[in-house]
Amino acid sequence: MLNVGKIEEGFVLDHIKAGKSLSIYHHLQLDKLDCTVAIIKNARSSKMERKDIIKVECDVNMLNLDILGFIDHTITVNVIKDGKIVEKKQLSLPKEIKNVIRCKNPRCITSIEQGLPHIFVLTDPQKEVYRCKYCEEKCRQRW
Amino acid sequence: MRHLMSPLDFTTRELEQLFDLANDMEQHRERYAHICEGKKLATCFYEPSTRTRLSFEAAMLNLGGQVLGFSDASSSSAAKGESVSDTIRVISCYADICAMRHPKEGAPMVAAGRSSIPVINAGDGGHQHPTQTLTDLLTIRSLKGRLSDLTIGLCGDLKFGRTVHSLIHALVRYENIRFLFISPEELRMPSYMTEMLREKGIAYEEVIRLEDCIDSLDLLYMTRVQRERFFNEEDYVRLKDFYLLDKEKLSLAKDDMLILHPLPRVNEISVEVDDDPRAVYFRQAQYGVYIRMALICTLLGLTGEEGGNIC
Ligand SMILES: [Zn+2]
Repeated sequence: MLNVGKIEEGFVLDHIKAGKSLSIYHHLQLDKLDCTVAIIKNARSSKMERKDIIKVECDVNMLNLDILGFIDHTITVNVIKDGKIVEKKQLSLPKEIKNVIRCKNPRCITSIEQGLPHIFVLTDPQKEVYRCKYCEEKCRQRW
Repeated sequence: MRHLMSPLDFTTRELEQLFDLANDMEQHRERYAHICEGKKLATCFYEPSTRTRLSFEAAMLNLGGQVLGFSDASSSSAAKGESVSDTIRVISCYADICAMRHPKEGAPMVAAGRSSIPVINAGDGGHQHPTQTLTDLLTIRSLKGRLSDLTIGLCGDLKFGRTVHSLIHALVRYENIRFLFISPEELRMPSYMTEMLREKGIAYEEVIRLEDCIDSLDLLYMTRVQRERFFNEEDYVRLKDFYLLDKEKLSLAKDDMLILHPLPRVNEISVEVDDDPRAVYFRQAQYGVYIRMALICTLLGLTGEEGGNIC
């Protein structure tokens, strides 16, 4: 495998669906962080044919795992300290997400009310359905 | 403090209490004639809906309270660009309870989040119109004596009809309900509704002709078939008469079948049916006032006990 430098403290996000790493990079707002980020695309995987990996060198409290859980809760989150994996976090679907996605329903109050947060609520955990808190419109595409 | 955003906000048990109160108000109007004295209802209507607004105002006046408000956005501060959040904070200073109608879905919920007085959703776009649904339930319960063990026919525009979808969601909480969906192919019940019924194991059938099933119904809920739902005038003209309820079709129905309609009707029920004892759509409008009276008292915390103390 391609060799990317080891990180001392941070995260390795593994088993990202191939091709989706850049989108996650943006949703986690890693572009706004002043830290080392490595994105590996199309790595070979035993579990999935191809996968993406993101390595982030940062304080372990800096990542919003709710957003990650919302985007794809099958991603493996490895927490790294002193160059070693100290924890594998299980992601779950957050009950509510705020200002991650916008409601696209033009008839929704979020389209005109200023300063209103866009909130989506998990209404069906089995089918992984999120709905706008205000108009109940289904979120069609997670990311 | 409680608000009313959706008909499902209340449990079926809470609804029983609300309906009992509404029926008591119907029987003993004088007992409740002063219960809201000194209280004010604000009707904040960002789009005109004269019928709903007058029903709310009549309800508050029947309770001895007073009303204030606006009846469309152009005559209000909304025209100057004020947000719903700001408006409700101001209205909270003027009134004790608010009924809000808004073309944008979820607007009353935004108001409820910022309000220091109870907010009633009086219709938010194509989303919810809980007082209509509660009116329907009260009418059925009052005139049938039950909300369970019913075969219910819903006829007309089942595709876009917010009223019928909302009523179905409310009725599936009761036992032994069976639905017959009577509509043209073009206006069939959407699949997300029928899927929901299948998941809950609730029986339903889809029928094209009203005559084919009217004899099995305990209740027939008629809705408007609107011209703008059709691609061409021919289809509209053909289908509007197809779904017209007249004396001839009604002659096939049970003697105790009820005919409901959210009103206004256009031509889907012939006026010759109006005098039939089974036609209860005008009584339904009367129940609309009683349910709003019961709701206002309940949300203001002025219920049963105090009503009893007054007399
Ligand atoms: Zn929305």
